Amino acid sequence: MPSSTEYSPRTFRKRVSTYWWLHRWPYLRFILRELSSVFVAWFVVIALLQIKALKNGPTAYTEFQEWLRSPTLIAVNVAALLFVVFHATTWFNLTPKAMPLRVRGKRIPSLLIVAPSYFVWLAISAAVAWILLRG
Amino acid sequence: MTEKIILEVTRYHPERDKEPGLQTYEVPLRKEWVVLDALNYVKDKVDGSLSFRWSCRMGICGSCGMMVNGEPKLTCATFLADYAPGPVRVEPMKNFPILRDLIVEVSDFLVKLGKAKPWLIREEERPLTQGEFLQTPAQLDTFKQFSMCINCLLCYAACPVYGLDPLFSGPAAIALAQRYNADSRDQGAQERLDILSHSDGIWACTFVGECTEVCPKDVDPAGAIQQYKLTAAKEWMKSFLMPWGRR
Repeated sequence: MPSSTEYSPRTFRKRVSTYWWLHRWPYLRFILRELSSVFVAWFVVIALLQIKALKNGPTAYTEFQEWLRSPTLIAVNVAALLFVVFHATTWFNLTPKAMPLRVRGKRIPSLLIVAPSYFVWLAISAAVAWILLRG
Repeated sequence: MTEKIILEVTRYHPERDKEPGLQTYEVPLRKEWVVLDALNYVKDKVDGSLSFRWSCRMGICGSCGMMVNGEPKLTCATFLADYAPGPVRVEPMKNFPILRDLIVEVSDFLVKLGKAKPWLIREEERPLTQGEFLQTPAQLDTFKQFSMCINCLLCYAACPVYGLDPLFSGPAAIALAQRYNADSRDQGAQERLDILSHSDGIWACTFVGECTEVCPKDVDPAGAIQQYKLTAAKEWMKSFLMPWGRR
């Protein structure tokens, strides 16, 4: 602690705990949101591995599909899906803060920015599901 | 017989104590009392040595920010009855050095605020004879929210980034810079950009968003910082693509 003088009095500074993010739910939610980016990256890795397997021919692709069907991979991917959905919703909900849109000088309600994002997300998901599931 | 509630208050005497400790006081629990009233009761009737900052008692001066049960609050706007049956823990604002009891050292913020240049900057002053600067309600609306800041520093107490990295400019200073950038009368955006668009400025913010949650004036500093990030990124793109343009 630096010695105090008349003009710079002695103060006490508390060190921030390494586990500061466990003390309040909003902080924990923030850390989970940051962590979710790891799972976004995981899905990118899966897509790249899939392309590689596709390039290496039918046997490699079947092996890749077998690998995906293992219980561990299913568990990891379910967790990853939950995190990616969390990632998407938190960022959609934060969009109006970063992009306040104005129409004729008036700020438009946050809902009008958030709702279209969800709508486009659902529409694209439905289109992808239709392409994959039509058989 | 009036109801009572227990206050647990941080005490720290810089010349006597190695570190802060808690002292408990029993105060009357009155429906109309805020936490600040309880502290003033202690100071008047129980222990005159308790030190804390306060002034207006009506959420304007921004002096009485403290942690109430772990949340940054203006104690003049936080009712005791909401914490019944207690106990209520009152601590100095987090992330600042403690000077004494509930008083924190805020010089760091004042230096940062000055660096953000929170005043109207004109390239050339206009003579008074030309009259005032006119502003439409729509132009006023773009910055009015940010101008409501009372420098109470609850946002700094809520910001984990500031706690971990004291060099961070912090929510209020950036929101106030944005307040002047968005003002149609101001021409100092470039000067502020150089100060705020660096690693200890807006880019240190990870958008935890708690500054906005705790703000008693609905300033939305988190929003101001994200909007400023967008502006800074656009400016960087411009200077990258057109290096001959105005810096």
